[in-house]
Amino acid sequence: MTPARLSLAQPVPDEATPHYTEPATVRLRGQHLRLGYGDRVICPQLDVRIPDGSFTVIVGPNGCGKSTLLRSLCRLITPQAGQVYLDGRQIRDYPARTVAQQLGLLPQSATAPDGISVLDLVSRGRYPHQSLLRQWSPQDEIAVQTAMQATGVADLAGRAVDELSGGQRQRVWVAMALAQETPLLLLDEPTTYLDIAHQIELLELFRHLNRHTGRTLIAVLHDLNHACRYATHLIAMREGRIVAEGAPGDVVTADMVEQVFGLPCLVMADPVSHTPMVIPRGKVHMA
Amino acid sequence: MSPSDYLYLGRPTGPIYLRVRAKGLWAGMLLALAALMLAGLALGAGALELSHAQVWQALLGEGPARLGAVVREWRLPRVVMALVVGGALGMSGAIFQSLIRNPLGSPDVIGFNTGAYTGALVTIILLQGSYFEIATGALVGGLAAALLVYLLAYRRGIQGFRLIIVGIAISAMLAAFNTWLMISASLESAMTAALWGAGSLNGITWDKALPSALFSLVAMMLTLLLGRRMALLEMGDDSASALGVPAERTRLQLMSLGVVLTAAATAAAGPISFIALAAPQIAQRLSRSHGTALLCAFWVGALLLLLADYCAQHLFAPRQLPVGIVTVSIGGLYLVWLLFRQSRLASS
Amino acid sequence: MPGFCRPGMLTWSNLNTNDLHLLVHKAPLSTSLPAANRLAWLVLCLGLLSVLTLLSLTLGAKPISLAVVADSLFGPGQHPDAIIITEGRLPRTLLGLLAGAALGLSGAIIQALTRNPLADPGILGVNAGASFAVVLGAGVFGITSAAGYLAFAFVGALATTLLVYLVGAYGTARLEPMRFVLAGVAISAVMMGFASSITLLNPWAFDRVRFWSAGSLDVRDLDLVLQVAPALLLGIVIALLLARPLNVLGMGEDLAVSLGSRPRLIHATAVLAITLLCGASTAIAGPIGFVGLMIPHIARWMVGTDQRWIMACTLLLAPVLLLASDIIGRLLVPGELRVSIVTAFVGAPVLIWLARRAQPSGSRT
Repeated sequence: MTPARLSLAQPVPDEATPHYTEPATVRLRGQHLRLGYGDRVICPQLDVRIPDGSFTVIVGPNGCGKSTLLRSLCRLITPQAGQVYLDGRQIRDYPARTVAQQLGLLPQSATAPDGISVLDLVSRGRYPHQSLLRQWSPQDEIAVQTAMQATGVADLAGRAVDELSGGQRQRVWVAMALAQETPLLLLDEPTTYLDIAHQIELLELFRHLNRHTGRTLIAVLHDLNHACRYATHLIAMREGRIVAEGAPGDVVTADMVEQVFGLPCLVMADPVSHTPMVIPRGKVHMA
Repeated sequence: MSPSDYLYLGRPTGPIYLRVRAKGLWAGMLLALAALMLAGLALGAGALELSHAQVWQALLGEGPARLGAVVREWRLPRVVMALVVGGALGMSGAIFQSLIRNPLGSPDVIGFNTGAYTGALVTIILLQGSYFEIATGALVGGLAAALLVYLLAYRRGIQGFRLIIVGIAISAMLAAFNTWLMISASLESAMTAALWGAGSLNGITWDKALPSALFSLVAMMLTLLLGRRMALLEMGDDSASALGVPAERTRLQLMSLGVVLTAAATAAAGPISFIALAAPQIAQRLSRSHGTALLCAFWVGALLLLLADYCAQHLFAPRQLPVGIVTVSIGGLYLVWLLFRQSRLASS
Repeated sequence: MPGFCRPGMLTWSNLNTNDLHLLVHKAPLSTSLPAANRLAWLVLCLGLLSVLTLLSLTLGAKPISLAVVADSLFGPGQHPDAIIITEGRLPRTLLGLLAGAALGLSGAIIQALTRNPLADPGILGVNAGASFAVVLGAGVFGITSAAGYLAFAFVGALATTLLVYLVGAYGTARLEPMRFVLAGVAISAVMMGFASSITLLNPWAFDRVRFWSAGSLDVRDLDLVLQVAPALLLGIVIALLLARPLNVLGMGEDLAVSLGSRPRLIHATAVLAITLLCGASTAIAGPIGFVGLMIPHIARWMVGTDQRWIMACTLLLAPVLLLASDIIGRLLVPGELRVSIVTAFVGAPVLIWLARRAQPSGSRT
């Protein structure tokens, strides 16, 4: 059986076609990055470019350096060598607040202070846009309301974050990141701990944001099929290196998946979105 | 809760526009009012009982000169310092509990109090120092201990739990040294040291109060300016950095301010325990909000210390207890009550 | 680590015990050690302990040869130095062995119970209770004899731990170790406050208590040691029997129940053991800090996370620290430095070193 190379030449519904062409501009990129913690080097040498207006998804096995790469792109870790550039300037040269106006992050682990209300937490996303004397503005109000409506947490505004369910809480954190209103938004495993319906709901929201507000999204996802369906640009990593990069339809092949994850599989067209769909073979081999 | 729970200060388009939680603001104002009323009471009470009118006259410089001296020169510095020291301790407690995200956090964590006690003991027992020398010794000891803990705990950044462990270890060594000093000293020196170590506002005058009050007020202003960053830091370093708060630097700034606040309080009144631990907890329960947490912690601390000092002076009159002993007892009982109340809430 | 940590209903229970655990569990040597390796550590500890026991009998202001020691212990004891051995160094060494084991084991239990490697047996209020009782004895009842202090301190420790246990366990469906810690902190604070009020108004009592509160092994009375020995030995036996149940409890209360253990019974027994061990040793020697905190740490670092091995190792290693500190104190200062002071200076640098070499918990891939 030959690996099914997916052809996107056939006509597909408009909804599923990524409106993605090679962009003229790349605001965020990393050059010759060496990343790691202390003596432990995770990515020895890495070049990465995040196309503007893309929904870029980074995939790869556990420990391949996905999160490390994402964290280096938003200054949470300093590269041991190489540089991250934002708009052509080294990102570490900007004041922290200037970066925070351009680049948002939904971190993997965040702690809600005890008893804080949803509204208060989402409002905190506005911090980079405020000053000591102007701690609130009509724009802040609009941004917070819009973010809460987009994520469907407007009804929860007065509730305490620690009373919410896991899915609701995750959406509150997303709302906080959205309220920051940054052109670039980094998402570190945003769908972890959510049930399948909430995962899809959230991913649909991200796609909507990406399409209709023109924001560049960069996410680390575990589910390869979700990545294939929602990404416009896929980065596959293994052992600290980028193995493949490009539109999912071009990049995702059975060979690639086996090379990255060590998982024998079939790649077929998703009957709904017509994007690649990865089906693990497991131990049951077909005749 | 709805948006109407907020109070807006200033004009939306003007240079100043603030939004605060109404409940927090009210809680803060009520606390301030209670503290000021208690202060009035404390000014009138003592061997010489004064009416409110007399206190008021004395404060304004009217009435008999003798009364004016009693109120303005004896009682007022003590009351003012109870407010300032209590408030400083409350705020520094709020800072440390926020930084290490642990309700048991207090400046003790980084060894400040034990170091200050060591400094004071050395000055009292080995050098037979005066009031100001003891205060200086305590400051030097406390700051040196805090610095040592910070440096030993620093390894590619500061981590809450490593800080706690190093703090415990350094505190243990200093405490052992303190014990040795105490048993080597004469009974008289040891008693003096123990009195200082209990923390007391007895015999405070304007001369003794002013330097530490000034330092406290400056540090409080700076802390309030950093208040929003502190709240963001509570959500984790990742979230805070993503919002444009440089985590490591802010932490160092806040920790330094916490140490300065504790140092100023300790220099004036000795190590007064439990205010730093209890005040932020009470404040949080009262205000249920985060923007005003620091101010509420200030007022709760001020109120607590004033109350404790009032009890220390008048409970066993004419004998005066060191106020630190009263705070420790009240604080401990409060904590026990809190545990009972929480278990009732949990079971209902 | 959960994606977005849910703060518990109890604010007080939010201590970052997960982080704290990393200090222990991320120490490179702590995972799955071969049994031979562990055995080697135990043998080494045993050897050290034997050597230190002998040194403790021979060294001091006046060095005494082993022959004289043997003669005075087992023979006729005619040598003029025999009295130094039987009246001075024998009780002291025995006490070092017993109190060391007791403090170490009670530390191991409280750390396993609260799942918090920073817990100290003093946290249950043992020290504060004993101190308060001694203050009462000296200040109010005018007690002067060592035996009197012993009785007061032991009863005080017992009563306080009971009180802490009741406050900590009151009205909760689940056992929350942090509540015990907080109850201990609170009740200790109140007791210390009361004790200070009494001593600061009564210089005589103050003078008594300041010497009592610097713990020392120098008891000079074999009978006193023999009086507390049964309590200590009973406590040691209970502690060793608790090792297996604590292993199960360490996996979390839910899992422990499903494996057929009874958490409440284990908790109550553990508190009893700590009270016996810590109360008796504090009653006779005065408060000695740090042994209970740090020896279980080092034991974990040597033999891994199995409580049975930790207890065995602690049993041998804690007396090593106590005896070594006592000997150092004897040799360093002619007037003798008390053991409670030396232990902190021997132990604290080790703890700092351990804290610095542990992996930072923030690192991930």
